[in-house]
Formats: sequence, structure tokens, C-alpha cells
Amino acid sequence: MHPAFSVIFLTTLIGVGQGLFLALYSGQIYSVLEVLPPQDDRLFYGLGSGLALVFLALGLVASVFHLGRPERAWRSASQWRTSWLSREVIVLPAFMGLTFLYGGLHYLGWDPVLGTVGEGIAIHLTLIVGALATLACFALFLATGMIYACIRFLQEWATPLTVVNFVLLGGASGFTAAAAFAAWTAPALTTFFGGWAIILTLLALATRGTTLIRNARIKHKSTPQTAIGVRHAQIRQTAQGAMGGSFNTREFFHGRTAAFLRSVKWVMLVLVFAVPVVLLALGLTVASGTTLVLALLVQYLGLLAERWLFFAQARHPQNIYYQAV
Amino acid sequence: MTQLALIIDLNVCVGCSACVTSCKEWNTSGLAGPMTDRNPYDADPTGTFFNRVQTFEVGAYPHTETVHFPKSCLHCEEPPCVPVCPTGASYKRPEDGIVLVDYDKCIGCKYCSWACPYGAREIDEQQKVMKKCTLCVDRIYDESLPERERKPSCVLACPTNARLFGDVHDPESEVSVLIREEGGYQLMPEWGTKPANHYLPRRKTRLRIHDDELVRVDNPLKKEAPRPRPALDEPSLDDVTSW
Repeated sequence: MHPAFSVIFLTTLIGVGQGLFLALYSGQIYSVLEVLPPQDDRLFYGLGSGLALVFLALGLVASVFHLGRPERAWRSASQWRTSWLSREVIVLPAFMGLTFLYGGLHYLGWDPVLGTVGEGIAIHLTLIVGALATLACFALFLATGMIYACIRFLQEWATPLTVVNFVLLGGASGFTAAAAFAAWTAPALTTFFGGWAIILTLLALATRGTTLIRNARIKHKSTPQTAIGVRHAQIRQTAQGAMGGSFNTREFFHGRTAAFLRSVKWVMLVLVFAVPVVLLALGLTVASGTTLVLALLVQYLGLLAERWLFFAQARHPQNIYYQAV
Repeated sequence: MTQLALIIDLNVCVGCSACVTSCKEWNTSGLAGPMTDRNPYDADPTGTFFNRVQTFEVGAYPHTETVHFPKSCLHCEEPPCVPVCPTGASYKRPEDGIVLVDYDKCIGCKYCSWACPYGAREIDEQQKVMKKCTLCVDRIYDESLPERERKPSCVLACPTNARLFGDVHDPESEVSVLIREEGGYQLMPEWGTKPANHYLPRRKTRLRIHDDELVRVDNPLKKEAPRPRPALDEPSLDDVTSW
């Protein structure tokens, strides 16, 4: 497939936003359970949710560039019964709304206690809103991943690993962002977020690595034989019905060499996993916020390469019809 | 239930691309148009086509055969492009099984083209909406045309009758009979899309010529022997006649 930068930015940016929100909310739950010290509502949760919203909004803006007719984008929410894209279009604004509500309630301090559970654990309004937002957050991960995973003949994508990778990579980059953010606003939580960022990054390395191995060994179901229905071992295309290019040659080919793809793979592995883990560990030991910000920047750059590779590695069966000019 | 479709006889197609040009001509000025061409006279010409004839070489030299392979939207009975459309612009008509795009609803997200394993959909670079074969839906129901012309324009244009049009769900229709009797098949059956368009396979034709077919055994007049020719020094016709 041809990697579209609008979609690369969309999926990576909302991933950071979603992960950052999950980090904030898990911080709040831990502090309710008195595992972690409570944080300033306004500075930490309010500002943090605002930061997550910025990432989500940037992703939303990027997605518009993928459309031929963005002025009709509002129509894209109508087919939620069948289309994962339609579901994403609904869940993304819903999640943004809930994040806004969560951050807004914290920022304004409107956080009445709705009841208590067990040994005096107060259930605040923000806990409920945050739980709803968490649901929406995972629904969004599911929708974004399933957009790709549901196309069964793009065999590189058609695996549950696609959704798992989106969740773990979004979580890893989000927790890295949270660690960097906490270094200034809530130093007591930096180790918590940074530690989870390292764990999530390593988990993502395991699943993304599995995907890489799987894709390298994939056996494609469609062959020139099934594509034109001729049973012969040797089929070679001599003409594709157009002397120049066409939509089919632009949209489904990345136009790079195998060597370029291999180098992107190693760049991705180094920038998403190796360097951020080292920087996170370093940032946590010397308590340096700048190092954590650097970890986020490097990881995000790596994620751009990761998503580029995700698209470029997917080989669409229609390419069988476009082997030669 | 009606399911209109094209049947393409690979045994007959000669790859002349008459179906491609007639398709472009009819549809660019009709319901589905314009089918824009970009840089038609420049270095990178590109354009929107609903139908293309591709050529494959089967076998190893010198034992090769050329297969001309026309491909347009196959109007699948389980079209994977329809459920993924976020706006409902892509739909399959229940009454005749034609898969169409509502150009006023399409947002040009290209998702349906990703979901089509056959690469049958192309985005129009000018209108920025997805376009595809309509089976000439504006032609086949046009009562102002004579009955025999109510067919897709590619079918009418084909000089070798390699393309046939009809209802593949009607067991008595010409196309159903051909699919049944000639072994008509679908493309990429492994994905369960059940394309309505079928292809008729190439039949091997071999001409076996034996020596006794070339030379008659009983040939009393030696008709096939070389004609008698006078030698150069013998008198020719000009020498024995006076003008």
C-alpha cells in the first residue's frame, strides 16, 4: 500500500492522546486507592487532559487531508452498523468530548462525591466520567485497528495483532508523554508513568516484533493463477492496460526498494523501542524532564516510521494485476 | 432475484481494447462522467477507466500463449467494498445486483478501493470521488433505445463477441447456460466475494497435420507436382507468337 501521511499522522497522534489520557486516569485511580499521592486537579489533570485533547485534535485535522471531499465528512457517521471507519468517526469525537469533560471538571474543581465504596473510597464524579472516557478510548483503539484488520485479503493487516499493536504503541507513547508531562507538574508520578512507559514499550516490541516475523513469513492466498483463473505454473504480465500510471499503480504501491523497507524497519525498531527505553530509564534515574521529552520526541519520530512501514508492508492482491507496464 | 453480470470469453478476446474505449466514451459523457484524464499528452498520463484489458503471457518460451484479460468491476454478490463505506455512498442494488456509487455522498476516503481485492475502483482525480463500472445502468434500462442496444456499451463494441451480458441467476439465460456448459469461473474465489461476472476459460486448440493430409496418395494427374517450366534457352511465349 502507499503510505498516506494524513493517516500516519492521524493514527500516531490520536495514539499519543489516548495513551496520555489513560495515563492520567490510571494516575487518578491509583491516588484514589492511595497507592500514589493525590495531584493538583487544575495543573495536572486539567492541563494534562488539555494536552491529550491537543494530540487528538491534531490527529482529527490530519485525517481530513485523506478525504477527497472533506466538506462531506459529516456523512461518514451514518454507516456505523457495518463500517469500522464510520465507528471511528463517531467514537473519536465522543472520546474527545469525554476527555474535555474529564479535564474541564478537574480544572473547575466540580468534583462532587457521588458515594463511597468499601472502606471509605470516595467515588468522585470525575472517576465516573473518566471510566466512560476509558471505555471510549479503548473503543477508539478497537475501531482504528479494525479499520485495517477487517480487510481480510490484506493479510499483513488481517490479524488481531493490528489492534493489539495500536493499543500498546499508543499506550507506550502516551505514557512516555505522561512521564515527560509529570516531570514538571507532578514529579511524584514521574517514576510511575515512566516505569509503565518502559513496560508498555517492551510489550509493544514483543507484539510488533511478532507482526514483523509473521509478515515476513506470510503466504499470500491470491496468486496470478487465482487472479486470472488460468491454471499454469508460469504466468507473466506483459501489459496492464495503461501505458502511464493509474490510481491502481499509485494507491497500492509504495514505490520504494526492498532495501529501503528493511532500513525503515531497523530505524523503526531503534527509534520506537531501543532509544526511548534507554532515555526513559536515564530520565528516571537522573530525574531529568528534558530527557523524558527527548524520549517522547524520538519515540514519536519512530512511530511515524513504524506506521509508514505498516502501510508499505501490506501487499494488496490487486497488485497482481499491475505487475508490468 | 436478478443479478446482471458480464461474461467474458477469454477464448475469443483478442485484446483490441474496443470495450475500453467504448466504455470510456459512453460513460464519460453519461451518468458516471466525467472520467477525467490528467496530462493526456505529457510525461505521466493518467486517467479514470472502468475497464482495462491486461495481457498475460502463460507458459515458458517458446510454448507460450497470450491471454488478453479484460477486467472491470465484477459486481460481487458479497461485495466487500459496500459494508466498509462510511457514508453509504457505495451500495448494491437489490433489484438487479449492480454495485454503484452515489457520487453525491462519496467523501473520497478510498476505503472501498482498499477493500476491493480486484482493484476495480478508481478515484476520479477531478471530482475526487470513487468511480467504477456501472454496467451502463443508464443504457440497459433506456426504453428509447431499440431492445438489442439495451446492453453495456462494452458488450456492443466487442468485435469478436467475447463479452456477453445477462442475468446469471436465471438458469435459462444465455449467460447461465454458457457458465454451466463452458465451465465459467470467478476471479479469486478464495475470498468468498462471489463475483457476478464470470470468465469462460481458454480452450486448447491444436491443429494436427499429418503427411497424408498434405499429399494425396492417389494422385494420377500429379496435380500437386511442380508446374512444368520451360528452361531459359527454350523458346518462350514471346518467341512463338507474333504481335
